[in-house]
Amino acid sequence: MHHPGTNNKVYKKINDNFEWSSENFKKISEIIKKYPSNRIQSAVIPLLDLAQRQNNGWLSKNSMEKVAETLSMSYIRVLEVATFYSMFNLEPIGKNFVQICRTTPCWLRGSDKLSKVAQEVCETNIGETSDNKIFTVVEVECLGACCNAPMVQINDDYYEDLDEESFKKLLQDLKDNKSIKVGSQIGRKSSQPERKFDA
Amino acid sequence: MLKEKDKIFKNLYGFEDWKLEGAKKRGIWSNTKELIKMGSEKIVEEIKNSQLRGRGGAGFPAGLKWSFMPKDSGKDHYLVVNADESEPGTCKDREIMRNDPHLLLEGCLVAAFAMHAHTCYIYIRGEYYSESSNLQKAIDEAYANNLIGKNACGTGWDFDIYLHRGAGAYICGEETALLESLEGKKGQPRLKPPFPAGAGLYGCPTTVTNVETVAVSPTILRRGSKWFANLGSANNTGTKIFSISGHVNNPCNVEEEMGIPLKDLIEKHAGGVIGGWENLLAVIPGGASVPLLPKSICDTVKMDFDSLKEVQSGLGTAAVIVMNQSTDIVEAIARLSHFYKHESCGQCTPCREGTGWMYRMMEKMIHGNVENQDIDKILDVTKQIEGHTICALGDAAAWPIQGLFRHFRPEIEKRIQERNRRVA
Repeated sequence: MHHPGTNNKVYKKINDNFEWSSENFKKISEIIKKYPSNRIQSAVIPLLDLAQRQNNGWLSKNSMEKVAETLSMSYIRVLEVATFYSMFNLEPIGKNFVQICRTTPCWLRGSDKLSKVAQEVCETNIGETSDNKIFTVVEVECLGACCNAPMVQINDDYYEDLDEESFKKLLQDLKDNKSIKVGSQIGRKSSQPERKFDA
Repeated sequence: MLKEKDKIFKNLYGFEDWKLEGAKKRGIWSNTKELIKMGSEKIVEEIKNSQLRGRGGAGFPAGLKWSFMPKDSGKDHYLVVNADESEPGTCKDREIMRNDPHLLLEGCLVAAFAMHAHTCYIYIRGEYYSESSNLQKAIDEAYANNLIGKNACGTGWDFDIYLHRGAGAYICGEETALLESLEGKKGQPRLKPPFPAGAGLYGCPTTVTNVETVAVSPTILRRGSKWFANLGSANNTGTKIFSISGHVNNPCNVEEEMGIPLKDLIEKHAGGVIGGWENLLAVIPGGASVPLLPKSICDTVKMDFDSLKEVQSGLGTAAVIVMNQSTDIVEAIARLSHFYKHESCGQCTPCREGTGWMYRMMEKMIHGNVENQDIDKILDVTKQIEGHTICALGDAAAWPIQGLFRHFRPEIEKRIQERNRRVA
């Protein structure tokens, strides 16, 4: 099953130079302060995350080299981390990164149906990016919202308590550039039991 | 059923304000200074007396763990809070962090003081983006009100809390892998000893502990260890957040007393099994890593560490995954095998190779596409993996499969027969 985050190859296309935006540059000095002054390598995951956000959701070779330079690490140490963690994408992704949870608790509530819906609406296969670059659809392992299963993560946000219909609408709205509601799609608060129970 | 007044997590569902003002109304940060004045030894003693067991899965006595921290090592001490909640079925810490973050922060101060730590890192899983932003806002509020920082709460104790986001690796929930990750490396578990209490983060004495364990500790100190120890049964005391997911009418997180019968938990809080209790097939009682239980055991079993151990399973993180008769039980476990194959860090050969092999075998077993002797072979392999790896991921990958064959072996044998008949 393909996932841009579990890919171990550095994407071949050499893109333009990567330089920190001035805003991110300020953030970096804040992040580094969290760790002892001789242990700034600890900041490699937060910095890779920043770089990925600045680089449209994926890490190019140049961006990883920049992180290495910023933290005075060798490039291979940064690459090692970037390939190990699945949230770092090593190839370009679409505008909406749709991650469908496939692990047992979500599967019991019908996550495989969501995968089918996503392939239809987004017009792409699991693990691939649609031709218009609007969607990348992948299946991932447990995202830790099991009481709100089935659920998907789109970019930073969780969309929970889905079924085929609501998920179809969600993706269609994204396609049409409409705003969508984050969190539970059946309007429940967090993971409360739906009906009010007497405590 | 747990009385409202005995609940520790009063804002589990976020009906009330999660920010500082709301937290103060719920009594958080009310007399933290007095708690700290008890002194570190007394705090550890109280936690020991409460018989609180770690809520992250292993159930190690929390007070004992805290007491392992050296008193005068001459090095910096660290408290690291494990918020890398990724065990399938588990979503309790998420609710604490987004709906009651100050409960956790106050716990951090108390726990860190007890173990002589001036610095605390909260390692939260990277996917929890909105949770981490709530938590960060709560940290900022606490700094602004001098609850943490220099001279925290006016106690004279300097205390810093830093939030560190992970990047999507289940293995970083293992304590030494978490420390590696926090040091900016691949999250591969370390050999123990040395244990983190001796040489942990940056080689300094460190205690890694679960969000829920830390979050309950100020309430225990406030209300006394006796109160906590009186809930539940001996050695399995207190309250616990149960995450109930899968085939139930109302999946939810709920705080309950330890030792509540599984059937009560499902029927009273989660609206019962879809299709009724008679439609139940099996339950995984403590997150993906523990062996499943068939209905016959679920009828009577109690939800605590020792009762579940007796039936060859475990409480784990108290994530109850319910499966009714409509479930393909073999595929349910095969999916878990896929999870472990995906999440193995690749350091130890038995786990790296074994999880992949077991997954491929389990996939075949869904369709009965194996020989009868393969069942014994896969069981043998699980025994070869279990206990032969640095961390417990190997064990965790082996146990669900062992549980499946312990209780559902005839089901797979039937599938093999059916397939043989079809092929012939």
